[in-house]
Parts: sequence; structure tokens; C-alpha cells
Amino acid sequence: MEPILDVRDLHTSFLTSNGEVKAVRGVSFQVGKGETIGIVGESGSGKSVTSLSILKLLGSTGCIKSGSICLNGEELTKKSSREMQKIRGEKVSMIFQDPMTSLNPLLTVGDQVGEMLWAHNKKLSKKERDEKVLELFRMVRIPEPEKRLKSFPHEFSGGMRQRVMIAMALACRPELLIADEPTTALDVSIQDQILKLMRQLQQEIGMSIMFITHDLGVVAELCSRVLVMYGGLIMEEASIFDIFENPKHPYTMGLIASIPDLNQDKNTLLKPIPGSPPDMIHPPKGCPFAPRCPYACRICQEEIPPYVQLDEGHRSMCWLLAPDAPAQDNPFKQGKEDA
Amino acid sequence: MDRAFPDRPLLQVQGLTKHFPVRSGGGNKVVHAVDQVSFSIPKGKTLGLVGESGCGKSTCARTIIRIYDPTAGKIILDGQDISSLNQKELMPYRKKMQMIFQDPYASLNARMTVHDIIAEPLRAHHICHSKAEERDMVNEMLSQVGLNQEHAGRYAHEFSGGQRQRVGIARALILKPELVICDEPISALDVSIQAQIINLLRQFQENLGLSYLFIAHDLSMVRYVSDEVGVMYLGQLVEICDANEIYSHPLHPYTKGLLSSIPVPNPRMAQTKESVGLEGDLPSPIAPPSGCRFHTRCPYATKKCAECTPELKDVGGGHYVACHQVTDSSV
Repeated sequence: MEPILDVRDLHTSFLTSNGEVKAVRGVSFQVGKGETIGIVGESGSGKSVTSLSILKLLGSTGCIKSGSICLNGEELTKKSSREMQKIRGEKVSMIFQDPMTSLNPLLTVGDQVGEMLWAHNKKLSKKERDEKVLELFRMVRIPEPEKRLKSFPHEFSGGMRQRVMIAMALACRPELLIADEPTTALDVSIQDQILKLMRQLQQEIGMSIMFITHDLGVVAELCSRVLVMYGGLIMEEASIFDIFENPKHPYTMGLIASIPDLNQDKNTLLKPIPGSPPDMIHPPKGCPFAPRCPYACRICQEEIPPYVQLDEGHRSMCWLLAPDAPAQDNPFKQGKEDA
Repeated sequence: MDRAFPDRPLLQVQGLTKHFPVRSGGGNKVVHAVDQVSFSIPKGKTLGLVGESGCGKSTCARTIIRIYDPTAGKIILDGQDISSLNQKELMPYRKKMQMIFQDPYASLNARMTVHDIIAEPLRAHHICHSKAEERDMVNEMLSQVGLNQEHAGRYAHEFSGGQRQRVGIARALILKPELVICDEPISALDVSIQAQIINLLRQFQENLGLSYLFIAHDLSMVRYVSDEVGVMYLGQLVEICDANEIYSHPLHPYTKGLLSSIPVPNPRMAQTKESVGLEGDLPSPIAPPSGCRFHTRCPYATKKCAECTPELKDVGGGHYVACHQVTDSSV
């Protein structure tokens, strides 16, 4: 598949009064045309910062330290802020987590979506703009779009507001849509509606989607490929089926084991991952997951493991997969031992 | 089920109703937050309460613990109706029921040390006679929730979300309550931390015989922790039964829609599943729909549903459902 986005060895840091927070520490991945890729991880794993780096929305304290971000062959890290304004919305756009706070309460939703069209094409008349907004509202299935054009955000429910945000994000038909936990603030029933809508829109428009979430269930419904992030690094990358059926990283395994499945025996306790996520001002020297990993050895504390390519499109960062790793207590080498 | 010593439920809620007056805009409008809700929780058991936001599940919990005064209905805790007691008379009953809140960032006082936060209930109820006794009890509690003694002198902001929720649990359990109301105790936490907190709550239940009223919107977690599950819609209980039964044989169209919209963490099932889902949004609780409140979104609604309110009826085996379509056909 032809990649539309190619991120290589991205490092992003934030300078705070307590020191440098190394939020993303060397992330590489590609997103194919028309593909939906999921990024999962806990808070602080660097998943949101990765997406904000692509849009260069890092605020005054954040900066991309090194690495490259290529969108359709164009290098984004070298773009000026004026050039980025052109790219945001037109080539890449983003939907945020909280639809309650991402809309301006003083403007009608029609005007807010229209503003996006105006920002990228100043020649459009007000009438043309309104027509386009109406078309977008129909596309995201907002009922009675003519009436709703003049409504204010507070007159909308959470799910409807998120539809407005999606309409705004899709106004200029971007090639890549970044969705940062777009359904986390919504109820399951509304989440289901929004996920269905995103699936339909992707088929209609054919854009690529980067879907950031902490909910493995959502990933299973929507994505074809998953990146599992922890401590600013991609721990494992695999197809959606491999992630659930053949995970090759103790963190991925722990994540899957900690959600109760539908047939979970009530008398058994869940298997949580002990401990808590690392402090990113002083990240661990070795594998960031080592302090919580049940299989951690000495080398895990000292050196960040290299990626091991397992199959086509399946890679994992874990010392247990190294060719000279011990087979004893190794969840990934039991099969070979028997053979 | 008549035995020589019938189990008296620890908590019985009968026809609980809570209306909030709407002050703005004039007129005598009220928000029908909770309407005629009845259920009971036996000792040592867990009742899960699920529903969309705005369905009244949190109001229900807060009314039971008497943060709000009920508009009507009875709250019977351990045989005593506490629904009309005043604050002073309530004190001994407050000791028997405690609450764990959703947001561990907002529910702990930022200006108190962890020791003070956990000791506050002890002080309010004049339980300890000396500082040393208080310190021992707090330290004992800290170790039970998996924190250390040295954490006692710290402030809430020095902890991660999971650790803060442990402090919240310690504060709720230090009075050795019989009923703990957990209002979305894990929804603000990361997935890997959620399981830690759930296991902790379960261990306490086993060791101390606690009863839980567990409110959450994560339906798979509710199934796992609950013995019984009640589904609420716009302030009313629409279905209540054994936890396994409700997930395997949901009867109410709302329950069916809600369950089918849970994302399944299994890609093979997720990408082939037939999702019924739910259309539209929750109607306003100021002017709830007539008849069955769900009829505006229900795919099976008939004229009767719009006119006549269905009652919660037993359709066999303790499975209660409030739906004309289900109860009429089973007669």
C-alpha cells in the first residue's frame, strides 16, 4: 500500500519547569492510503503528542527535536507556521476528544463550519458557503440540517456536537483524518453511532484515518492495523488480528488480559498490570515497560530493545524476542522449545 | 424462597423519586431525574446500575446516601427507613454506607494530606480516642489498599490516578461500612489500572462481606463485578435481573440496543457482528415522553406504548422488565 504519511524516528519534547518531558522518543510508522490505523496506549504514552506533532500543534513549550514527518512526499517538520496553516484542515485535519469544549459557544455551528471553508477558500460567497455546510451536515447525518445551521453548540447533544466537529474536519476533504479519542466523552450508544458514521464516511471519501484511543474494543471495530504505544515508544505494531490473537509484547498481552471478556469467570480475579506508568521526565534507561513487566531481565532495565520483525507488518520491541534470549519463562519461545 | 431465616436485604429502595425544580425561565417545571425506582441489595452482593449519561443513575446513588433528599419513596437500610431522617439522626447510618466517587482528581481535597483525608471520617464520627490510635487505623487502611505508610504525609497531587482512587477507597472503607456506593469508580482510570482497582474492590467484598451499588457505563466491567444488573432509562428502571441473564437474554429493546453498541474487544466478532444500536439521543428529562419513555427511540413501539406506562413485571426467574411488547406476549 502506498503510504500517505511516513513518520521516521520522531522525537518530541516539552520543556517544563521540572525539566524536559520526553513525550515521544523515536517513533516510526506509516499510514497507507485509505487505511484506518489505531494507536492505543495509556495516558502519557505519547499517542496524542505523536498526532499533535504531525499537525505541529505543540504550543510554545513543545518542540520536535528530531525525525521526519512526510505527508505525500512533503516534509512537514521544515514547514513554517504559515505553510502549516494551509496544510491543517486541507490535507490533515483532526477531531478532538471533547466536543463540548472544542466548539465556540458564541457562534452558530453553521458559521463555525463555514469558517473552515472560508479559511481555505476566501473567494466563496456566504451563500455558497452555507450550501456547502448544508451538504456537509447531510453527509454527517445531522437531522433537519437547514434548521440546525443556525443553532448554537449548547443546543446540541454530545453526539451531535461530535458530528459537527467531523463535518468541520471533513470540510476540505483531507487526505488524513486524525481522531484523538473522539468517542471517549460519549455514551456507548452514541459512540456506536459515531463509529458507524466514521466507517461510512471513510468508504464514501476514502481518506486515511489515524484513530487514537485507549479502548481496545473500539480499535477492534474500526482499525485494520494497530500501534501499541508505551512510554513514548511503539512497543508493538501488528494487524488487528495479530494484536488480539498473537500478541508478541508483554505489555500488549497485559492490556488484553486486563479487560474482562464476555465469558469471564466471575470467581477469578482479573489480571491487572501491576505498578503505574513511568515518569517521562526521567524515563527508565531501558525498556519503559520493564518495571511493570513480569518477564523483565537485567538487560531490559539497561538497554532499550531493538525491533524484531516477526511477520509482514508485525514488529515488536522486546528482549524476549531476541535470538539469544533464554527460553526459560519466555512466553514467546515455548513453541520452539517443544519442537 | 421461604427459609427459616430469610435473608433480609441490606438495602431496600421502594418507589424512589427525585425531582429537581428548574428555576430559570419561570413556570413550575421539574427535571424527572429518578422516577419510581425500586430494588434491593442483599448482604455481600453487588447490584450494577447502567444507562446512558442523564438516565439518573448517579442521582439515584446520591439520593440513597442522602446527599439529596428524596421527593418520594423509601430507602430502607438494614431495616430502618432513612428517607425522612434529618442530618443528625442520619449520622449512625452514614457510618454504614459510604461512597467512592468517579473522579479521583476532584474528589480529594488538594490541601489535605492523605492521612487527613482518610482520617476525616474517623474524626467526624469521633471514633478514635487518641492520635496514635488514629494513626494506626489510617496506616492499617493504607496497607490494605496497597499504599505505604510513608504515603500518609503526602498530598493528593503527588499521586497517579490509580493511587488517588486507592486513597478514595481507603477513605470510604475506614469506617467499616456495610454498603459502598461506587459511582463510576474506574471510568477516569487507564485500562491497565482499572483491573487493579476492580480486584481491590472484589477482595474487600470477599473479606468484609461488603455490598456494592456499582454504577458504571463500562458494561463489560459491570457484568464482571455484579450479581444483579439494573438498566435505567430517563429516570426509570426498565429491566433488572441476574447479571449473566441480562447479558445473555436481554428482553427490553433498550437493553438490547445498549448491549449491542458495546465495542467487542475481539476483531473477528466485531467486524461481523450485527449491531442493532440505538438511534437518536436521550429526550429531555424535563418533559419525558408519555407512556413508555423509550417509545420515541424504540423500533417496536406501538400506540399502546405512547399512551400507557408499562410496569416492571416479573417474566419468570426474577427477570423484571418494563415493556408492553415483552410482558403482553409472555402472558
